[in-house]
Amino acid sequence: MQETKTIKEPLFHIIKRDNLSKKKSLLIYAVSILVAFVIASIFCAVSSSDGGSPLDMFVALFDGVFGTERRIWLFLRDTAILLGVSLAIIPAFKMKFWNLGANGQVLVGCLASYACLFYTQNTNISSVIVILLMIVSSILAGMIWAVIPAIFKAFFKTNESLFTLMMNYIAEGLVLTLITIWAPSGSGTLTPISKNTLPKIVNDQLLSIIVVAIVTVFITIYLKKSKHGYELAVVGESENTAKYVGMNVKKVIIRTLLLSGAICGLMGLLLTGSINHSVNSTMHGGLGFTAIMTSWLAKFNPLVLIGTCALITFVSRGMGEVRKAFGFYNDALANVVLGLIYFFIIGCEFFINYKVIFRKKKNTTNEKQENKANTIKEDK
Amino acid sequence: MFTSLLIGSISLATVFLFGCVGEIITEKAGHLNLGIPGIMCAGTAGGCFAVDLYMKSNLANPSWIMLILFTIFMAFLFAAIIGGIYALLTVSLRCNQNITGLAITTFGVGFTQFFIDNYVDRTNFDAASKIISKSLSFSSNLGWFGKVFLSYGILVYLAIIIAILCSIFLNKTKAGLRLRAVGESPATADAVGINVTKYKYVAILIGSGIAGLGGFFYIMDYIGGSWENAATIEALGWLSIALVMFTLWRPTLSILGSIIFACFYILAFKITGVSFTQMAALKLLPYIVTIIVLIATSIRGNKNVQPPASLGLNYFREER
Amino acid sequence: MTEKYAIELKGVSKFFGNVIANKNINLTVKKGEILSLLGENGSGKTTLMNMISGIYFPDEGKILIDGKEVVISSPKDAFKYKIGMIHQHFKLVDVFTAAENIILGIDDGKYNIKDVNSRVKAIADKYGFDIDPKKKIYEMSVSEKQTVEIIKVLYRGADILILDEPTAVLTPQETKKLFTVLRKMKQDGKSIIIITHKLNEVLEISDRVSILRKGEYIGTVDTAKTSEKELTEMMVGKKVELKINRAKTDFDRPLLEIRNLNINGDDGSRKIEDVNFYIRGGEILGVAGIAGCGQKELCEAIAGLRPLVSGQIMHKGESIVGLPAKEIIEKGVSMSFIPEDRLGMGLCPSFSITDNIMLKNYRDNKGPFVDRDLAKKQAEALIKKLEIVTPSSETPVRRLSGGNVQKVLVGREIESSPNVIVTAYPVRGLDINSSYAIYDILNEEKKKGTGVLFIGEDLDVMLALCDKIMVLCHGKNMGIVHAEKTTKEELGLMMTGSLDLNKVKKDKQFGKAKDSNLTAKEWREEAKKQKEEKGE
Repeated sequence: MQETKTIKEPLFHIIKRDNLSKKKSLLIYAVSILVAFVIASIFCAVSSSDGGSPLDMFVALFDGVFGTERRIWLFLRDTAILLGVSLAIIPAFKMKFWNLGANGQVLVGCLASYACLFYTQNTNISSVIVILLMIVSSILAGMIWAVIPAIFKAFFKTNESLFTLMMNYIAEGLVLTLITIWAPSGSGTLTPISKNTLPKIVNDQLLSIIVVAIVTVFITIYLKKSKHGYELAVVGESENTAKYVGMNVKKVIIRTLLLSGAICGLMGLLLTGSINHSVNSTMHGGLGFTAIMTSWLAKFNPLVLIGTCALITFVSRGMGEVRKAFGFYNDALANVVLGLIYFFIIGCEFFINYKVIFRKKKNTTNEKQENKANTIKEDK
Repeated sequence: MFTSLLIGSISLATVFLFGCVGEIITEKAGHLNLGIPGIMCAGTAGGCFAVDLYMKSNLANPSWIMLILFTIFMAFLFAAIIGGIYALLTVSLRCNQNITGLAITTFGVGFTQFFIDNYVDRTNFDAASKIISKSLSFSSNLGWFGKVFLSYGILVYLAIIIAILCSIFLNKTKAGLRLRAVGESPATADAVGINVTKYKYVAILIGSGIAGLGGFFYIMDYIGGSWENAATIEALGWLSIALVMFTLWRPTLSILGSIIFACFYILAFKITGVSFTQMAALKLLPYIVTIIVLIATSIRGNKNVQPPASLGLNYFREER
Repeated sequence: MTEKYAIELKGVSKFFGNVIANKNINLTVKKGEILSLLGENGSGKTTLMNMISGIYFPDEGKILIDGKEVVISSPKDAFKYKIGMIHQHFKLVDVFTAAENIILGIDDGKYNIKDVNSRVKAIADKYGFDIDPKKKIYEMSVSEKQTVEIIKVLYRGADILILDEPTAVLTPQETKKLFTVLRKMKQDGKSIIIITHKLNEVLEISDRVSILRKGEYIGTVDTAKTSEKELTEMMVGKKVELKINRAKTDFDRPLLEIRNLNINGDDGSRKIEDVNFYIRGGEILGVAGIAGCGQKELCEAIAGLRPLVSGQIMHKGESIVGLPAKEIIEKGVSMSFIPEDRLGMGLCPSFSITDNIMLKNYRDNKGPFVDRDLAKKQAEALIKKLEIVTPSSETPVRRLSGGNVQKVLVGREIESSPNVIVTAYPVRGLDINSSYAIYDILNEEKKKGTGVLFIGEDLDVMLALCDKIMVLCHGKNMGIVHAEKTTKEELGLMMTGSLDLNKVKKDKQFGKAKDSNLTAKEWREEAKKQKEEKGE
């Protein structure tokens, strides 16, 4: 809370920094992530009744993620799915459309795929047709879920963040409603249907990874090279400018959200058609929210995004093992640690965007990270 | 059935009311706090922790007033601490409000689940809940009037009182005028010598604290001391944020608004003779209503019912 | 020097990063005097005053009030020393009433709005203001808002008032009223600093004038002993002769013809009323008028960004009313409007120069992809041609200086080889050299046979640059005059509405070309068609 003082008292003041070198800003990020991990490990060690040292957290973390071949595959698959959802969000975010509804868009994708599986399970329709049907319906479902708020945003400027948020709960409710119809007499859970699911490549994981790899390439090109990608960036930067040069802002908003929704629906297809073969109201696993964080942290750059998604998946998967190692009750620990990491990364951006200057001694910066960065540089 | 629906609605409305009034105060300072769901969870954690502490040491003869004061204090404190993180990040470090809010919610939900499951002994929750939700002793003598208006625990009245006080504060006091100025145009407020940072901090801390009471009320009063999971409170938190827009940033209107919302929310449980499917479908009602309201207010677009002009924008004085 | 000054600055400096905003400024203001602070745009006047009023804190130097050194680190401190500033961009809360804005931030006493209302009235009566304390700011006119700002500082008991370009948005009548009020305050013993770059006002109202140039203090002179010429020289350095060559061209047939145009503003009020005019190829038509008299709405209507209430806009004899902006651009009508903050309309601040150059022509190539290589080449050519100072074509325009930003914008508009250029304030905030670069560009275009609509602020420039000048006053066309045959005084009278050529020369129909692309009958049919469409 020191910074609050700085504005009032002329002892030192804050100025906007135009651009920090990439190296320095990377260093600031790295240091803050490290600090977050260290705090998390101390937190684990101190709060555990089973004892254990802070270092144990790192050991367990790595074991949880890379301990067995299967774990590595699962890590890669989860990273891929998170990456997919993040990629879906990026175009909308670049356009400054706060799509908080990826959870719901993924979930309706799951729901649509399961509906295809469910209604064809007792028929002789060939699996190729069923799979095609699944692909089309899940993508379409995701698109519908995303485009409804987009239409209202485009025409009436309806607040999209709350709208998409509510669409999440409606999707969840819809799943619960349909479960009451589909589930065997009131059990509340559906039995997985493995007939006609998506084909297996080597193992259950690789298909998702391949699909997302393709999506990554597509979105990267779409954002950087295509006219669509250019238009949505202009709309995000300045709606006035977009209108001045004759863009149809409404069309851009709707088109972009159709794409967003389509990719979310595709991720839903993978979750149900390839991974779980079933659906429940929490199958999205909060991916939509996590994806917002990952894409923000990646500054909407698809390639950096791979890194941030891997980092977040690393924590959320690894924490399962950490929890066991320290004898905690539930998986919520992962969220605590993720929250910590978010705080530090979000907070450290201040030091990238602003410079704190002492008034008496000119040109000395007042940042820990900055000073650290300098000392490290000097050491070299 | 109607009275039971009304009573249930007023009771559940308290959760929304705390959350909504808390968010209104924060938004009046120009900060859209999407961390409210997490903060409401944190309040639950603090309150439940206090229940555990107090009941353990005063098991034989728990005092109503002491238990209430202590738990409210702790719920407020925990929520305000998490709100403090939000304030530090958005006010002092000028981080993106949406992103920070989501991070706060992730953290708050995770922390609460983790904390209560691992560190809070829930054996005395049931007993404590009975004390906390105790209604006025004479309410049962007053027939339907007593049942509808006087049959609730103290927290329900507290929520209504806070909402009214908040309305008076915002509209009738100098400090309220200043707070609104900070949310409308921080540069203007700054130019007339208002300490913008201070007002933002205080509003976020108090708003968060109030919202935190909502989560605590839900667990200890509304569902009678049975801890489920933080996700339920999170969902209520999101609805509270939506309610702010629904009630046009007016705390007194939010009393009515939260009752209507709560009514939709529990309708599915109160209507008899419906199938499981119909019941599940009915549960969608509050969300659909929220969307309709969102659309309706955006189409109408009236200058007097717009959100604070600088909502969501951080203030940096030397911006040039 | 034993005389005590109300306020005295000694060696004050302020830096923004590497930019020097103020360097070693000395300034004195006596009690009961009006001091003008004169300087061009960007000469650091506002920054200096912001330091006195506590918005910024000086990096170097001292501020003395009544002979004592003081520290003003916040607006609150400034109030303590009875300093009040009226900002150019009013600092008022739109949804509050006048009274609520006036008492905002005052510590003493209870909050009683009725009390405040009567006290506000008392102050207003004392100095001759006209104000309704219960009116909300968003319902007020600009001059009403200014009144609220002035009363706000008076209510706080300010003895030193700073007014930042107070007349920029006022009509002459309102300005007169303001000056009367200021003189009353002066008699009351208050010290007033008025920031301006209008020389006639300086001479009219002030006792002394201090001049700043490019952040540096040039000097102070007594108004009685100076002249417009001397002040100009001090303000701009060397004596400026406006040497804009009016390119000689043969005028073509009318390219753009506008008749009976009516446009509403965002607030629903009529901004352009029954305006007729036309632009020929190879002609620059200037539009003069006080800020906010419909220029922006006119530009937007031509570009297809704002719906018309009624009227015709004919481009080469074809109606462009109701066409989407994109199609109007494709017809070769280019519009560039430089808003006050310079960025935001027509440019994307965080995009590179290349990406900004693409904005208008990215659709031209076939296929789903943008041709960034071509755009880069165009950007580099433009940088060379217009001598844009930038590290590379990939630098975000946000990081360029104002003049270079405008060169990018105007340059891009010309790259698309338009046949009609509508440009508003293209030299806003530019130094003289950059301004000349822009004038040259426009003259070049004119020679190519392009029709130019030039909306400007500086009458001297318009007289030298334009072929004809149309004068708007509150959205009405006061007449169109030949730049060579008119004078600044005549334009001034028309701008303020005191001279309406429509009434003087009743036989002349301003703005209707004799060799119109349409016959009178066709015009009537167009109007009839529009009415029918409206009727449906």
